[in-house]
Amino acid sequence: MIEDDHPVSLLEVRGLAKSFGSARALKGVDLDVVAGEVHCVLGQNGAGKSTLIKTLSGAHQPDAGEIRWNGQPVEIDGPVAALELGIATMYQELDVVDGLSIAENIYLGHELARGGVLSRREAAKRTRELMQRLGHPDLSPSREVGTLSPANKQIVSMARALSHDIKLMIMDEPSAVLDSEEVNNLFRVVEDLTRQGIAVIYISHRLEEIERIGTRITVLKDGASVGSNLPVESTPTRELIPLMTGSDVEHAFPALAPVSADAPVVLKVEDLSLAGVFTGVNLEIHAGEIVGLAGLVGSGRSEIVETIYGHRKATTGTVKVHGRPLKPGSVAAAVNADMGLSPEERKSQGLLLEEPIYRNATLSTFTRFANAGLLDEAAEKRAAEEQMKALELRPAEPLRITRTLSGGNQQKIMLARWLIHGTQVLILDEPTRGVDVGARVEIYGLIRDLAAAGTAILVVSSEIEEVLGLAHRALVIADGQVLAERPTDEIDEHGVLDLVMKGSAA
Amino acid sequence: MSEQTTTPDASAAPATQHEPTASDAPNPVRRFLASPAGRSVGLFIAVLLLVLIGAVTAGENFMNIDNMLVILRYASVIGVVSIGMTFVITSGGIDLSVGSVLGLASVVATLGAIQTAAEGFWPLMVFVAVAVGVLAGLTNGLIIAYGKVVAFIATVAMLASARGLAELISQRQSQIVDNDGFQDFFRYDPLGVSWVVWIFAIISLAGWFVLNRTTFGRRTVAIGGNETAARLAGVNVKRHTVYLYMLAGGCAGIAATMLLSRAPAGTSTHGQLYELDAIAAVVVGGTLLVGGRGTIGGTVLGVLLFSTLTNVFTQNNLSSSVQLVAKGVIIVAAVMLQQRFANRTPAGGARLKQTDAAKAQAQTPA
Repeated sequence: MIEDDHPVSLLEVRGLAKSFGSARALKGVDLDVVAGEVHCVLGQNGAGKSTLIKTLSGAHQPDAGEIRWNGQPVEIDGPVAALELGIATMYQELDVVDGLSIAENIYLGHELARGGVLSRREAAKRTRELMQRLGHPDLSPSREVGTLSPANKQIVSMARALSHDIKLMIMDEPSAVLDSEEVNNLFRVVEDLTRQGIAVIYISHRLEEIERIGTRITVLKDGASVGSNLPVESTPTRELIPLMTGSDVEHAFPALAPVSADAPVVLKVEDLSLAGVFTGVNLEIHAGEIVGLAGLVGSGRSEIVETIYGHRKATTGTVKVHGRPLKPGSVAAAVNADMGLSPEERKSQGLLLEEPIYRNATLSTFTRFANAGLLDEAAEKRAAEEQMKALELRPAEPLRITRTLSGGNQQKIMLARWLIHGTQVLILDEPTRGVDVGARVEIYGLIRDLAAAGTAILVVSSEIEEVLGLAHRALVIADGQVLAERPTDEIDEHGVLDLVMKGSAA
Repeated sequence: MSEQTTTPDASAAPATQHEPTASDAPNPVRRFLASPAGRSVGLFIAVLLLVLIGAVTAGENFMNIDNMLVILRYASVIGVVSIGMTFVITSGGIDLSVGSVLGLASVVATLGAIQTAAEGFWPLMVFVAVAVGVLAGLTNGLIIAYGKVVAFIATVAMLASARGLAELISQRQSQIVDNDGFQDFFRYDPLGVSWVVWIFAIISLAGWFVLNRTTFGRRTVAIGGNETAARLAGVNVKRHTVYLYMLAGGCAGIAATMLLSRAPAGTSTHGQLYELDAIAAVVVGGTLLVGGRGTIGGTVLGVLLFSTLTNVFTQNNLSSSVQLVAKGVIIVAAVMLQQRFANRTPAGGARLKQTDAAKAQAQTPA
């Protein structure tokens, strides 16, 4: 694979390794990038893609291995050094400053100035040129970035990279926040860049995108490159998936136990609306049933579950658990009615990252363990440890700080929290985001087991396949409306997408 | 990162993945410094160092029991205010009004009518002072939690209003404390130690207990660590926020009583800039200004650090201006030192069993 015939690669990476404490994030990555290509880096979450990017952009220093730039060995000891070489990075989390204008964002850190006085006109002129080049002449340089859509913020981020004289642009899952039209525009921009001789490292796990724009592919698994510099044309998808996962994705979903005919309705949502976001949501979940919400980013999925849970206050409608209506807009009421939510943003909405595992596991129950306001930490630790063992969260150390765990283990803590609480209704918003494929399968199994034990489960995921594979029934959501409700064995991913397209056209 | 997850693949991987390395080796000193108690060690050393400086420069005048009691007495009033402040800051909030509230409480408690009413039952003055503090805190809390005003602004507003109210009520006059029961009680020093020092000690112990051993404390830390996560787990964040500001106000009320026991009168100027002294003590003590981590022990040491400093300077006849400069330097130095300790052990105190963990992981059968 390495004996490819390009004379000098722009970037050569050999045997790159990086550890964080005892965790080896990278353990031998090989990669070649030539000018003007789109080099796709594929891998499951946790495969080491982010660490690789951060090492190439100077945010991390490798422990071992070599990086060559135009044939010369280099050390990239910081983001500035990377920019000086000509490597710019567009991170997944948009790194723009909302309060500044487009031009100010683009020249942030390397302001155009004469004798300390900003050359605003020059900056505006060059910004207009960059926007032109990126296919967005409509965006004015003086527009405040906070008012832009995520897609346009991404354009600003890209323009910032281009404002430096760069030879290599690293894009970390740029399509994650974009709709299909915006993805098309992104691809046009990428093609323009490559025509100008700029190389692009494109990180994604959407295989169809890679087929569209990729030149070559490098696959990472568990921190090592398991396939380097594979040409896209001669590498069929069915060969890539086993490389990424080490297994066949088809078998990821465990068998679904049928819901018994006399299972009672546990959660009943009637005519729920949130002004300006979604309207008229009706749904019922029986004991032991898994219901999924399928829809694209921005369809209102997360808002619906957050409103059911009382995190947002419904404009109209009621939520009933076992026939008893919940007070609208009160999370405490929902939790008291034995409802639990594992939120979309695990880190920012779910966990106390600096606290030990057990305190996160008992965050909804520590008052129950306590006697007259006095904490019983020993009992909390025992309960947490018990759940950690049941969930195979290893090592089962309740005192470990939550931040040091992988995404999959953090997700298991969220499950442990509600298992200790003993919920009758469990809402899982993106239960496998940032979770690697092995842990993902375990989490699917746990969700199924919970349902089999009689919990009513509502699952939201941006991966339609996941909703369909996991749930008994799926509600298809678009533009804040429920378009259809189908048993999952009567609809496939294409069917859902068809409905979504038709629904938003109507 | 994925290596910590025991995926089927990872557990099937050879155990050599966890070769012991130098960085895995336990270092007891480092481990201790990363623990909650260890974080206060630097501060403790600083206080000892100051005592040493005092002993060297002022000799007998400094190193005697009476002077030590002076230092403690001086620390007590601001200390009690700082305990309340520790809770608010741990929850991610701030209370800038405590100094003004203290002044207001001192004025209301020494009103002629109250003192007359307290003729037969002097603790009434204490109740009134604490009630004024709690009410001011309730107002702060309601405005912050339900009015959704940022804590900084809401309490700056209270800082201004409470001071103004105190001036209106007292008509800018000193209100002499003239209650025999009250004065007699505080004139007596149990075991030779002033009541204010006892009160500071009791409030500190109670504060430590509440923060570390009760659901109230757990909620406080949880809200400071991640407010959204706490709310989504069912913690009533708004109600708890109100309680926290009531607690801070109540502490200011107690401090007002302590001040009255030593000062001749209640005036509207009591407690000026106490909020800044309290915040300095709390932050120097190691409580994170952004919330999520709080230490009562650190706060107590922070308060003692400043009162010892004042005493050492006074004993050496140095001006209070020099003192202020030194105070500023100490605040910056202490916070920078703490950050260095914190950065050296990024994983914090939780890596206590790091090597055991690695062993256990390596032994996990495939």
